[in-house]
Formats: sequence, structure tokens, C-alpha cells
Amino acid sequence: MGIFDKLMKLDRRWVFLLLAVVCVWSYVVPFDIPIRTEPESEAIYSFIDSLPPGDIVFIAIDYDPNNLAELHPMTYAVVEHCWRKELKVIFTALSQNGPGMADQAIRDISDSLLVDKVYNGVEFKGREIIRGKDYCFLGYKPYYALIILGMGQDFRLPFPTDYYGTPLDSVEMMKGVINYDQVACVIDLSGGSITDAWISYGQGRFNFPLALGLTGVMTAQYYPYLGSGQIFGIMGGLLGAAQYEEMADNPGRAKEGMRVQLFAHLVIIFFIVVGNIGYFVTRYRQKKQKEVS
Amino acid sequence: MDFYTFLWMTFAVFVTLATFSFLYKDNPFYKFAEHLVVGVSAGYFVIILWHNALVPNLFQKLADGDWYFIWLNSSQPWYIIPAILGVLMWTRFSKDYGWVSRWPMALYIGISTGIAIPLEMANRVNKQLYAMMADIDWSHFFGTNGFDLLDVNSGLSQVIIFVGAAAALIYFFFSKEHTGLFGKIATVGIWTLMIGFGASFGFTVMARISLFINRVQDVGDWSEAAWDSTNSNYGAGFQIVFWLMVAIVIGYIINELRQFTKTRSRAS
Repeated sequence: MGIFDKLMKLDRRWVFLLLAVVCVWSYVVPFDIPIRTEPESEAIYSFIDSLPPGDIVFIAIDYDPNNLAELHPMTYAVVEHCWRKELKVIFTALSQNGPGMADQAIRDISDSLLVDKVYNGVEFKGREIIRGKDYCFLGYKPYYALIILGMGQDFRLPFPTDYYGTPLDSVEMMKGVINYDQVACVIDLSGGSITDAWISYGQGRFNFPLALGLTGVMTAQYYPYLGSGQIFGIMGGLLGAAQYEEMADNPGRAKEGMRVQLFAHLVIIFFIVVGNIGYFVTRYRQKKQKEVS
Repeated sequence: MDFYTFLWMTFAVFVTLATFSFLYKDNPFYKFAEHLVVGVSAGYFVIILWHNALVPNLFQKLADGDWYFIWLNSSQPWYIIPAILGVLMWTRFSKDYGWVSRWPMALYIGISTGIAIPLEMANRVNKQLYAMMADIDWSHFFGTNGFDLLDVNSGLSQVIIFVGAAAALIYFFFSKEHTGLFGKIATVGIWTLMIGFGASFGFTVMARISLFINRVQDVGDWSEAAWDSTNSNYGAGFQIVFWLMVAIVIGYIINELRQFTKTRSRAS
């Protein structure tokens, strides 16, 4: 059996093992790779960066823990950027297994705001993030399409209270905030069909600026909405999160993950090339044998 | 970090390794992890639904009424109607009365369709069509900021999008045989689709690797926590849990190797 025949019959578990070894190695060895930012993620960063303190950003943490790996770094980067800029944030979690995870993320990010930090040469003093004043977490309600439509009329219709049971009229930052008209933009971080509802029932019906943070699997199919102007930015998968971290000068898990992505992709490309060579050589040999016989 | 947080982290690492063990072959650890995820997700969803939907949207609305008047004396008695419709859904479990469940289902589908059709048509069909047929920007044909073939807003991109979309639609037109000029346009359509699928595949590979990276990061955090001597709970048994976990993994590998050598010796 020649080397190409062996390649064609290679046990796929060797591929998994090699990929795992390469991923672990590139995670353990510390080095940085350059991140090139793209206009679609730059648009989101620039939009948030240009908002004056006190403006409200609506961030929909619409994903379950199974999409946490790609979308959590986006949540951390975007929310921290908003709070460092002293923007107020309204959160929802319209995916059924997401509210507990979203609550934990909000608390974690609040903690990270306690310390002084320097981003892009600008010093930001640490401050306490206060629930009700700096943010309002509305939580989860079923049937996201109806919830998105209801919030366009009045946030209090689908959410008479916030996630913690406080009536919205008693929440300090929600005074005078009726619906999407009072928010600067909506950023939907989603791993499923909720994104479609935000486009059709949210942006399409109420015409607010909408940006998306999506899992890698979804990203390609939402680019047409960027071209049509229905959304003003996209962050795609871990790369999108890494780009945001790069722009915000706030390296986190996404940037750390990109060096693993680099080597994992090299391994995958290597196996694709070798597999194709093996396939074509084997086919050529079989053709030759047929001709001889 | 306290001991119980570390214990949960250890459990998460155990479930991670149990899940990845499926790549080698199906095994009881994987089955345990799989059933745990399904069970926990379903249980969590039921509780979330109860506290976020049924309690505030139904029970609290009828709370000022009395159950022995079937809540008809509450200030908002009409909330009983959706409650009854909800209960009627359960008739699906009966062979004789299963047809009753069609009433709430019909109402639900009717409302959903009524809301969805105009908004979906306007935002996911019409707006996409307008964008596809936008005037060609001849003044920025090769890029809005200088020569850039990757600029999605350039005139060239507009032409490519229009031609690609039209050709892809023609590929799905089966009332005419794909021969001659029509067949060539259909071939352009299939190429356009393949490029689209390729882009999706590339993103999907990145997504799958991202999931693995996250697990590697979590296992890394766990091992760091186990050996962090600056932690005030360092002596609380972190290393015992760490080595217990390592022993389980090593034990599993040894068992697999023994079975492998047994099968091999039998075969020879």
C-alpha cells in the first residue's frame, strides 16, 4: 500500500488528535498575532465610541450557553466599552437558556469596571456600576417576535418589571424611556433565528439603527442586510469579537483564541490539501490500471 | 476562589472531557454528559417559563380573583380565555378529543402568520430586492476609497451581486432545460452558490474551533486555579480534586488500552 492509499484510509481520530495537540500547544505558548479590523466591525465600534455619555444602548444577549464561546467575548468587549464611555445599557435575554448566563456576565463586567484602566492611551477611572442607574436587565419572555414588537410600543408591555422584579417605573434610568425611540442603537448578539426577528419585526418596523454580533455559522448569510443598509455593522464569530477587542484596546478571550485559530486552520488546510492530493493520485492510478487491464 | 466554585469548575472540566471522549468512540462518560445537558436544559427552561411567563402573565393577572369563582371575579377576567386555550392544547394526548387542540393551534398560527407575512415580505424580500437592483456607482466602480476589489460598496460589487443573484435564481428554474445560453447562466448560478457555501463553510470551521478553544481556555483556568498558591483556599483540597480528576481520565485511557490489546491478541 502506497503512501497515498494510506492517506486515504487514515483514521480520522489521528486528525482530531493532531488538531487537539496543536490547539493546546498554541494556547499554552504565549505570543500575539496581528488582528486586522474590518469595516463592518469598525462601524459598531465607531458608533458606540461617538455616543455622548448618558445615551442608551440596547444590547440583546440572545444566546444560550452553547454559543457562549463565540458571543461572550463580544458581550464583554461591547458592554465594557459602553460603560467606560458612561453610556447606559438596557439588556434583554430572549433565548430561553440565556438569562442566568447573561446576569452572570453583567455582574462580571460590572466587577471589571471597578479598576482604573487605560485604553488607546486614554485613562478611564474605575467606578461602581449600579443596577437601575447604569443598566437595566429586562430578562427573558417567551415568543421573541411578539416581545420585540411589544417593546416598540412600550418596554413596560412585555416587561412590567425587570429581571430582578423591580417595576420598570421604579428603575431610575428607565424614567422617560418608553420604547426604541429613546435608545441610540440596538446591538443583537445572537446565535439563532432571533436575529431574523430583530431585522423584520424590530428594525424593519421601528427603524432604529441595528448591529449584529453573530456566531460564525450564521455570519455569511447576514451580510446581504449590511449591503441593503438594514444593519450598520456585523461582528462575525470569534474573529469579530477579537476585532472589537483590538479596537477597544481591551484584549480578552477572543484575541487569545485567534492564535489558536491560526494554527488550527493551518492544520485543517494541510489535511484538505493532502486529502485532495491523495484523492486525485488514487483516482489517476485507478484510471491507469483500468486502461492497462 | 472558594472550594465549592472549584468543585463546580472541576465538574465542568469532567463533562468537557467526557463530551470530547466521543471523538474516540461512544462511551458511558459521553452518554452521561449528553443526558445531563438535555435534562438540565429542559428543566431550566420549564422553570424559566414558569417564572417569566405563566406567573406574571397569567397567575398575577388573576391573583385578585377567587379560584372557586374560576377567577371570574378578578379585575381582568379575560385572561382566563388564553389560559383555557392553553389547556386545550393538552387534548392532543387524547385520541377522542385531540381535534380540540386545533382551535388554539389555529388561533396561534393565524396570529403569527398575520404578523409575519407583511413584515417578512417588506424586510427580507423587498428591501433585499431594492438593494440588489441599486443604481451602479460608476464613479466608484473599483472601490469607494481608491482601488479595492474587496469593497462591497463598489460599483463592481453591485454588478457581481446582481449577476450572481439572477444567475442563482435561474439555476432553480426547472421549467426550461439547462442547455445553451440558459445552461451557461445556470452554471454561473451554481458557482455563485458554491462560493456562498464556501464562505459559510469557512465561518463554520472557525465557529467549531472557537467552541474547542473555549473549552481549552476553561480547562486552562481550572488547572491554573488548582495550582495557584496565592489563593486563600489553596489548602482546601484543590489538588486532591485535581488529581482525582486526572486519575479518572488516566484510568479510562488504561482501560481502553487494555481492551484494545485484548481484542488485538484475540484477533491474532
